[in-house]
Amino acid sequence: MSEPEPTAIAVSHLVKSYAGVTAVNDLSFTVSRGEILGLLGPNGAGKSTTMRILTGFLPATSGSVSVCGFPVTTRPDEVKRRVGYMPENNPLPEDMRVSEYLYFRGRLKEIPRRKLGPRIDEVLELCDLKRIRHKIIGRLSKGYRQRVGIAEAILAEPPVIIMDEPTIGLDPHQILIVRDLIASLRGRMTVIISSHILPEIEMTCDRVLIINQGRIVAQGSPANLRREILGRTRYVLEYAGPADQLPPLLAAFSPAVELSAQEEPDAAGFRVATLTTAAEEDLGEPLLHALLAANIRVRALSRAHPTLEDVFLAATRRSWDVVDKK
Amino acid sequence: MKHFWTIFSHEVRMLLVTPSTYIAAFFFLATMGFIFTGILENYSHTPQDASPAIMFFQLFWFPVLFMVPLLTMRCLAEERRLGTMETLLTTPVTTPEVVLGKFGAAYGLYVTLWAATGGFFYILKEFAGDSRLLDPGPLVGGYVFIAVSGLLFVAIGVLASALSRNQAVAGCFCLFLLSGLIWGDNFLAQSTLLDREALHPLKAAVDYAWIFRHYQDFTRGVIDTRQVLFYVSGTVLALIFSILSVEARQLQS
Repeated sequence: MSEPEPTAIAVSHLVKSYAGVTAVNDLSFTVSRGEILGLLGPNGAGKSTTMRILTGFLPATSGSVSVCGFPVTTRPDEVKRRVGYMPENNPLPEDMRVSEYLYFRGRLKEIPRRKLGPRIDEVLELCDLKRIRHKIIGRLSKGYRQRVGIAEAILAEPPVIIMDEPTIGLDPHQILIVRDLIASLRGRMTVIISSHILPEIEMTCDRVLIINQGRIVAQGSPANLRREILGRTRYVLEYAGPADQLPPLLAAFSPAVELSAQEEPDAAGFRVATLTTAAEEDLGEPLLHALLAANIRVRALSRAHPTLEDVFLAATRRSWDVVDKK
Repeated sequence: MKHFWTIFSHEVRMLLVTPSTYIAAFFFLATMGFIFTGILENYSHTPQDASPAIMFFQLFWFPVLFMVPLLTMRCLAEERRLGTMETLLTTPVTTPEVVLGKFGAAYGLYVTLWAATGGFFYILKEFAGDSRLLDPGPLVGGYVFIAVSGLLFVAIGVLASALSRNQAVAGCFCLFLLSGLIWGDNFLAQSTLLDREALHPLKAAVDYAWIFRHYQDFTRGVIDTRQVLFYVSGTVLALIFSILSVEARQLQS
């Protein structure tokens, strides 16, 4: 038997246009086996269209997509056998019971009858749906419905799972459950998720792909993206003293550190200053020593961790700038 | 076509657990029962030339016009409204399997409901004890007509459901198409509008699709293969258009 392909999904120069609009514009990326990839992008960026093309639901205008080595265009059946898909808004039939629905979907996904019963029990357990297995789907809460969608996507144990906004409309507790569920698939299945909840993506995904106007504007791990997109590290300092005391001290400490903002002092006489540096090493301790050596009263010094939201905004803003310049 | 049976059995199960199916079945059987009783009352008052089966099947259009839209309006329109067509077509299922599975289930129920009216004739046979009332030719011919014409009627219902995401619109459109096919064609076939020589090809086409004439032939015990071909080819065409409609909507989604 040959070794399985290390690449689960390969997308090359993918273009999708309809009604004169290019929804996906020359998209190329790969996803390794067992990797969790997050797709980020503003509304209308082309995330859902890309996902639909990956599942074989929509044909591409040009470019190539292969899933587990099978081209989507010429072998859609093989691709569909290897993909578990949960579309945006998770459409489910209203008048079926949870177990009935999973049985029906299992049969469509060609799971043998004798294996289907135990497998349904397994996914119901995994998604914490055992208590509601006989309930009508139309009467379930949003959280349960999302979990039914996820249970359906993983039912046939496909090597690739694609979920479009799996946590949309859920409360924080339900988000936690779904996040754990997705994290539990790491290493076993290749997962692509899209979400607007950026901490969600940051916590769950190994790699992030930021799409805007159908193009990839940034990709990499959240940490790499922070470095690449934002480039600089920020420190937030709370100190007491005159405003002109800090710049010469910083210049003496390191020319790489700049004072980017400074607020007026509060009632206790402490002011908040924001320092930025291109240096990659942690300057917290030496900076604190330098401040104390200069007899500056320090209340707090912290390294600000830019969120994925900052990265997302910077990356999409950058891509808009490119578009505007064109 | 290996998923046809999965979809077919699922659709049958869903039809059997839906209250509207039982409501439709109740009204169908009640209406047909009243019609049958009315026919028998006529027989009890004055002697009739035609057998009760001929009179009974003469009113085939009435249940067709309200039963077929009720049975089919939901099948594809509901999938599109809920968005479940997307999840369905991202499994290893093809569009023809989906359309045929749904068509098969609706047709099966349509034929089953009509078959249930066989009970009326059985009761008549048991209680009247007059074999002249049960002429087997029109009876068998009538049921064959129902089965064969039902293929086209149900396929038209499926097509109407494929063209809209709104059940009510699909139902109304189906009613319009069926009325046009049954009554519109009947009107044109009987009128003198198409008598001009230039319109003879059209007149021939209208005569070919004249469903009331087909009914008369079937209940006389004449099974004309041209008429069977009309229903079968019409069914295939309606189903092909349904498949194309679902695929076109998929491309536009």
